[in-house]
Amino acid sequence: MTGPSRRRVLGSLAAGGASLALPAIVRAGAGSARVVIVGGGFGGATAARYLKRHAPQLQVTLIEPAPRFHTCPFSNLYLAGLRSWDSLGHGFDGLRAAGIEVIHALADDVDASRRTLRLSTGQTPGWDRLVLSPGVDMRWDALPGYDEAASRLAPHAWKAGPQTQLLRRQMEAMEDGGSFVMVIPDNPFRCPPGPYERAAMVAHYFKRHKPRSKILLLDAKDNFSKKGLFLQGWKALYGDMIEWVGLADDGRVTRVDAGALTVETAFGQLHKAAVLNVIPPQKAGFIAQRAGVVDASGWVPVKAESFETRQVAGIYALGDATLAAPMPKSAFVANTQAKLAAAAIAADLLGQAPPAALYTNTCYSLIGPDYGISVAGVYRAAEGRIIELPGSGGVSPGDADATFRAAEAAHGASWYAAICADTWGA
Amino acid sequence: MLAGPARGAELPATTAAVLAGGCVNCHGPDGRAQGAIPGIRGLDEGYLRARLLAFRDGRDAPGSVMTRLMKGHDTHQIEALAKWFAQGGTQ
Repeated sequence: MTGPSRRRVLGSLAAGGASLALPAIVRAGAGSARVVIVGGGFGGATAARYLKRHAPQLQVTLIEPAPRFHTCPFSNLYLAGLRSWDSLGHGFDGLRAAGIEVIHALADDVDASRRTLRLSTGQTPGWDRLVLSPGVDMRWDALPGYDEAASRLAPHAWKAGPQTQLLRRQMEAMEDGGSFVMVIPDNPFRCPPGPYERAAMVAHYFKRHKPRSKILLLDAKDNFSKKGLFLQGWKALYGDMIEWVGLADDGRVTRVDAGALTVETAFGQLHKAAVLNVIPPQKAGFIAQRAGVVDASGWVPVKAESFETRQVAGIYALGDATLAAPMPKSAFVANTQAKLAAAAIAADLLGQAPPAALYTNTCYSLIGPDYGISVAGVYRAAEGRIIELPGSGGVSPGDADATFRAAEAAHGASWYAAICADTWGA
Repeated sequence: MLAGPARGAELPATTAAVLAGGCVNCHGPDGRAQGAIPGIRGLDEGYLRARLLAFRDGRDAPGSVMTRLMKGHDTHQIEALAKWFAQGGTQ
């Protein structure tokens, strides 16, 4: 097609600075506007539901390959034996009941100029606005010796699915007295407190079933989320079972031999594992690269006011795939970004004033069944950047008593139920 | 919905909706409890306002998540949230 399509003209008008003064979609009939969302996790499913809440007349389509989405949050509790696998899965009936079209397919490609998407089913849905919430992909080229084949011997378990179940089976098969070695990447990566919660949850399992075992954490950095609270909690519940080695003490792993279950550090130390869990460096999910919205970092730069991508007008991105520091790559953040973006997209399509760009985060981590800790943050857009509000946020008190820790453990479980109900519709 | 009258005190409805979106991730959809974290839907507006201000000012549960979150909210935002959940937690 050589001539510009009507949709394309409308799109470029809406993408320009004059879009608020000239609500093109409204004049074309807002009922004809279609928003397609790629990814059915905390970002994508939330965006779909809230778009429908803000503007029921929109056509909203969600693309997600899995009929049930298993969450990374609480997958460490599955490793511990504190949660069933099924309890982590969430279906899409709640979205369908809200009038959202859900297509179980992979999004293979994006044509940004024609405003179409190509699916693994061969369908090519068109869109007036596209929302990408693809999560992360592993960078198989970043850590020598660690590629996709290696992950079948030394799982990353950093996407909830077969990898998580493989890691659990390896823990079950390991003999008492074995060494569980975890390789942890530098920032940024999905779920900053996740590796350290995982260490505690593996320790919980070992303490009950394999008490002579050890957990060695080899970390590419010297600081991590809630560090003081984790070190304190590990000691209190698991004594010396967990050993953390940071960058300054030669914790950075530079080579993996998944067949031999060994890793080598920057200064040449060799560590042998009975179970090897390698969390490699990550990047934005595949479809973000196809859409042309990724920069040299491998992540998606976004406008702080709307989460529209900086590279391509009309395409929005959410969640772990985005460059949104100081907001962490958490489920809560993906969900609140989705709510802001949904409100912003609806306002844009309806020719109304955009919402103020305000975001929050709360992340609970479990150290033991009755020992929870948390971190919180409040953020807003300021001159195109995201800033944390001064004086707000922070972590649980270091001197809290057992009652406080138990309350935060219970609050974590309550948080999970609430955010999943909000995201997928109970 | 978007075109409806602003119900949050001095804040547009869309902005109040975005603010309230953070609360429901723990307090449940529309503020209806899903577990140990208490529900907030339909509570008295004055009570909610006073409680949120007390969290912010460190007069209630100083180490809690609520204190850390409310320290990032101004009085107008707190009033909008109190009104939002008192009125049922939906637009």
